[in-house]
Amino acid sequence: MNADWLPYLVGAVVGVPAVLVLYIVGTDWLIRRLPPATHPRIRPWVWVAPALILVAALLIYPMIATAWISLLSKDGTRFVGLANFANVLSDNSVLIAIRNNILWLVFYTGLVLIFGLILAVMADRVPYESGVKSLIFMPMAISFVAAGIIWKFMYSYQPKLPGVAQTGTLNAVWTSLFQQQPIAWLIDHRINNFALIFAAVWIWTGFAMVITSAALKGIPPELMEAARVDGATELQVFFRITIPLLAPTLTVIGTTLVIFALKAFDIVYVMTGGLYETDVMARRMYGEMFNNSNFGTSAAIAMLLLIAVIPVLVFNLRRFQFQEAIR
Amino acid sequence: MSVAPVAAPRVAETPIVVDAGKEPRRFTLGSLPLNLALILLTIIWIIPTLGLLVSSFRPGFLISRTGWWTALFPPYQFTLQNYTDVLQTNNLAASFVNSLTIAIPATVLPIAIAAFAAYAFAWMKFPARNWLFLLLVGLLAVPLQMTLIPVLKIFNVLGLSGNFFGIWIAHTAYGLPFAIYLLRNFFGALPTDLFESAQIDGAGPVTMFFRLVLPLSVPALASLAIFQFLWTWNDLLVALVYIGSNPQYAPMTVTIANLVNSLGQGYELLTAAAFLSMALPLVVFLALQRYFVRGMTAGAVKG
Repeated sequence: MNADWLPYLVGAVVGVPAVLVLYIVGTDWLIRRLPPATHPRIRPWVWVAPALILVAALLIYPMIATAWISLLSKDGTRFVGLANFANVLSDNSVLIAIRNNILWLVFYTGLVLIFGLILAVMADRVPYESGVKSLIFMPMAISFVAAGIIWKFMYSYQPKLPGVAQTGTLNAVWTSLFQQQPIAWLIDHRINNFALIFAAVWIWTGFAMVITSAALKGIPPELMEAARVDGATELQVFFRITIPLLAPTLTVIGTTLVIFALKAFDIVYVMTGGLYETDVMARRMYGEMFNNSNFGTSAAIAMLLLIAVIPVLVFNLRRFQFQEAIR
Repeated sequence: MSVAPVAAPRVAETPIVVDAGKEPRRFTLGSLPLNLALILLTIIWIIPTLGLLVSSFRPGFLISRTGWWTALFPPYQFTLQNYTDVLQTNNLAASFVNSLTIAIPATVLPIAIAAFAAYAFAWMKFPARNWLFLLLVGLLAVPLQMTLIPVLKIFNVLGLSGNFFGIWIAHTAYGLPFAIYLLRNFFGALPTDLFESAQIDGAGPVTMFFRLVLPLSVPALASLAIFQFLWTWNDLLVALVYIGSNPQYAPMTVTIANLVNSLGQGYELLTAAAFLSMALPLVVFLALQRYFVRGMTAGAVKG
C-alpha cells in the first residue's frame, strides 16, 4: 500500500488550500497599501489567476498543441499537413467507429430522453414517486466500469448445447420465455452496438428523468386542468401541452447527452474493447495513442471529436448569453 | 471539459430534490395499468444491479452453471469467498486506497481554486470578465480527448505521470470550468443588499468571501463536492492515461477494467470487484442524493 503517499495527500488536501488562502489574504494586504483607485484593476486578477493559469496550461494550451500534433507525422518529427485526416477518413475501421458514434448519438440520446420523459410523467402520478425515482436514478452513482460488468453479465451468452444453461439474464428470458435461440449480444454485429448503447441508456435515464421531472413540477397544473375541462384527452394534454412546455428542458438535457455520446469510452473499453465492430472514436483515439504510439493519428481523431462537438458548443454559448440577458 | 452535465435547464426555482415529498397531486391517471407499467419498469431497472449483487455472493462453480436468480430459492448457497479472493489476490484493497487517494484531493482542490475565481466572476468587475467566462462555458463542451496527448507529454517530462501528482493536477484543471460555472451562478444569485450592507460596515472582499459567501453557499459547495468526488472516483480514462497500468497506483476502475481483460468470464470475481467499487458511491448517493440532484440542476437555481 502507498503509506509513503500520506504526507503528499495531506499536503494536497490541507496544504494547498492553506497556501491559497494565504495567497489571497497576503495579496489583499499588499493591495490595500496601494492607492485605492488601482484596487479594482488588480484584485480580480489575483482572485482568478490560479484558476486561469491551470485552465490555460491544462486545457487551452493542450488544445492548440493537439491541433498542431494532428498535422505532424506519427513520431511528431515531420509536418504532413492533412495527411493524418486523409488516412483516418479512408480507414475503414475508423469509419466504422464514426458510424457507431452516430448510432450512439441518435439512439442513446433519443432513448434516454424518451425513457426519462415517460418515467417522469408516469412517476408524477403515483404516491410512491420518490422511491421509483431514487431506484431509477441510482445507476448514475456507479462507474461505467462497474456498469460495464453488470451488463456484460446481463448479456452473457452460452452456445445452445444440451446441459448448458443460459446464465445471462437476457438470454435466459429470451430462450425460455420466448423459446428463441440464444443471442451473442456483444458479438453479433447486427445487435452489439445497440447492446452497448442500452447499457449507457440504463445509466443515464435517471438523469433525464430527474431533470424532466423537476421541470414538469414547474408547469402550473391549471394549464392542464383547463385543457381537460375543455375536453382534451390525456394524450392530447401530453402532446399539446406537456411536451411543448418541456421542450427547452429536453433540449438542454439533449445537449449534455450528445456530448456524452460523442465522448463514449468506458462502456466500450470495458465491454468489448472496441472489437466486433463496436469501436468508437474516443476508444480509437486512446488505442492510437497507447497501443500504436501514433500521436498524429490520435490527435486527428481528437480534432474530429472537437469538430463534431462545435454545434453543441455554439448552442451552449448562445443559450448562456440569452440567460445572462434575462438575468 | 467535465462529464458533468453542461448546464441545467431553467426549471422551478424551488429546491429540486428527488423526493419532492409534497402532497401527491394529479391522480387523474392513477389507474392500474399505469401503476403496473411503472412498477414493471422500475423492476427492470434494478434487475441488472440485483443480479450483480446476488452473484457476488455465489460460489464460482454455481455462477457458471445456473442463473443468478436460482440463488433466490432454496437451497441457499452463499459465500464471502469471492470478496476475500478479490481483495487478497487481485490488488483490490490497495486499489480502493488508491481511488481514495486520487479522489479526495481531486475533489478539494478544484473547489478551493474555483471558489475564489467564481467570486471574482460574480462580484468583481474587470475587463475581459465576460469573455473569459464565455470561454469557460465553451470549455464545458470540449472533449477531454483534445488535451490528453500534450498534457501527458508535459507530465512525462516533469515526472508527474505514473503517480498521483499528475492525476491530481489533471482532475483539478478538468473540474474547474464546471466548478467555476456552478459556483459563479450560485454566488451571483446571492442578494446584492447583503454585500452593500457589509461594505457599509467596512468589510473588504476577503472578509465578505469568508464570512458571507462561503457560509451561505454550503449547499452549492456540497453538491459540487459530491459531483466531483463521484466523477473522479468513477473515472477511467484520465487514470488510464496519466497513471497507466502501473498497478501500484491504479484506482479501482483501472484495476477492474484490467481484471475484465484477464478474467474474461470469471464473474464470481468480477461481480465482487464491481460491487466493491460501487459501494462507496452508492453510500454517498443514498446519504446525500438531494445534494447530488441539486448539483445537477443547480446551474439553473436562478437564471
